Amino acid sequence: MTGAAAENPTVPSLRARFGAAVGRSAVVSGATVVWVEAGRAHEILTWLRDDPGQRYDYLVDVTAVEYRDRELPLEVVYQLRSLARTAMLRVKIDLPKAGPLEVDSVVDLWSGADWLEREVWDMFGVRFRGHPDLRRILMWENYSEGHPLRKDFPLRGRFSRSEQVRRALSAGLDAHYSLDELNIADAYDELPADVRERLAARRERER
Amino acid sequence: MAERRVLELALATPGMDAAGQPTRVPLVAAAPGGAEPELQTDHMLINIGPQHPATHGVLRLVVELDGEVVVRVIPHIGYLHSGFEKLGEYRHYNQIIPLTDRTDYLSAPANNVAFALAAEQLMGIEITERCRVLRVIACELSRIISHLVWAGTTAIDIGAFTVFLWMFQERERVYNLIEEWTGARLTTTLTRVGGLMADVPDGWTGRLRDWCTRFPKTLDEVDRMLLRNGIWLGRTQDVGVMTAAEAIDYSLSGPMLRASGVAFDVRKDHPYLGYETYDFEVPVGEHGDVYDRYLVRMEEMRQSVRILLQALERLPDGPINASDPRVILPPKRRLMSDMESMIHHFKQVMEGVPAPVGEVYVPVENPKGELGTYLVSDGSAKPVRWRIRPPSFLNIAALPKMAEGHLLSDLIAINASVDIVMGEIDR
Repeated sequence: MTGAAAENPTVPSLRARFGAAVGRSAVVSGATVVWVEAGRAHEILTWLRDDPGQRYDYLVDVTAVEYRDRELPLEVVYQLRSLARTAMLRVKIDLPKAGPLEVDSVVDLWSGADWLEREVWDMFGVRFRGHPDLRRILMWENYSEGHPLRKDFPLRGRFSRSEQVRRALSAGLDAHYSLDELNIADAYDELPADVRERLAARRERER
Repeated sequence: MAERRVLELALATPGMDAAGQPTRVPLVAAAPGGAEPELQTDHMLINIGPQHPATHGVLRLVVELDGEVVVRVIPHIGYLHSGFEKLGEYRHYNQIIPLTDRTDYLSAPANNVAFALAAEQLMGIEITERCRVLRVIACELSRIISHLVWAGTTAIDIGAFTVFLWMFQERERVYNLIEEWTGARLTTTLTRVGGLMADVPDGWTGRLRDWCTRFPKTLDEVDRMLLRNGIWLGRTQDVGVMTAAEAIDYSLSGPMLRASGVAFDVRKDHPYLGYETYDFEVPVGEHGDVYDRYLVRMEEMRQSVRILLQALERLPDGPINASDPRVILPPKRRLMSDMESMIHHFKQVMEGVPAPVGEVYVPVENPKGELGTYLVSDGSAKPVRWRIRPPSFLNIAALPKMAEGHLLSDLIAINASVDIVMGEIDR
């Protein structure tokens, strides 16, 4: 809890290597936070993981923060740890709300990022380019009220309780299975015709 | 007569054993001529859960089977999603603590401690020594009750019923102690920002010490039951293996990570609550299978008892709450007699305690793994973001990797070995 803790020495090395792609950095409550450019984040995270001097081999967490101040950008936050050096680093990407909420997926670097990124997509609507299976995770497949952890999402949800119940009761098979699953074991051909039509329509939309 | 006779073909010539009895040989019914019936070779898609005793909560697994072999597992979560993180943005810091009870509800005191530590670090509050030691006791008791549920339910999934009863009997004794302390058994809401909701009652430490001396005997009995049990060994060894590199790649934590041979424990590597001053070992497995996870958790319980005894030894007298009027309510007696205290109480309860602008990520070693609390404050009394880094969420995400290629019955053992609690996964 030392207020004047030193900055993580990784930050100067990051600046030396990536120059302008590394934005501001700060020491907050003893932890170092560094902002990086969205377009080069994947490259920077790869370097942080693989460089023998850094070796941030353990991905602790991926999450996002949206501030109450609407002018502030949404942040995607990576908590990294080097197990060998027991060092931690917090890497942030600013995503201005005017632009597309998109960053590169890091599932190819850490398999653990798979579900974490799905959760950020589900809760904040940030798309992860290159994610192998970017589906909702806590909410169901065809949840249509938006992304719950966004500040413009009301605490009780967008739909009235009766509308939520109505939708839940009229949910079809496609609410409970992903397209992927329905294709397994030729189950697709055994589905009722209306479900098949809906799935085909959705597949069309996703294309 | 002749057309109704079933012909069986012996696959070997019967011999004689020492007692002069003919030995058994395998028999096969002769095919009544013609081809074998057409066998289904399609893969089968089955649903396990969300309401299923072996999924330890409302976890749903869609499993693609080739005969009895698991080809693919697709876990579905979210059936217990309560939006705690969203709710937290509408609550004062102290009001969030009851929500933490309901995340990993098998180790509520440890979650309370985790959140309080994060909020205190955000606000720059130093807690008292007695509070620190009592919180260590709360954390280690949580570890024991959580591991007891794990051992009991896993044993039941694999077919050993007795272990369940023994473990739950011990858990009940700990719950009695927790009830004496906090008044609640499951949802303890033990901590407050800057302290605790109550001190331990008179005689409590003695009762805890008694329990600590008796409890390891139960662990030894369970070890004797299981570790020389052929079924247990067969069902757990080399099942659901994660190598050290895979465990790190999948961000596993806690006993799951350590069973794979990675000696990372937040209590040792990022110490909090003065854990660096306690004498205890971190058990590490070698094979990363269900069996090693069992060994690691059993040893962790023994180490927790060691920590508990040391904590009881050093438990100092003194206040449990920090002397910080920002967060600590005035005593009830003063509240009823002087106006300033009453105003203080009213403002603190109604308006909450503003935290300075900033953010913290505080990891603690919970029974399930690394529980991280990430708090972001914009200077108001309610956090902008309260993120729980849920250990079970990341551990269960590796289930497909562990289970694919194993038998369906192994999937149940592997799922049990992860030690999940859906309240925390879905939040």
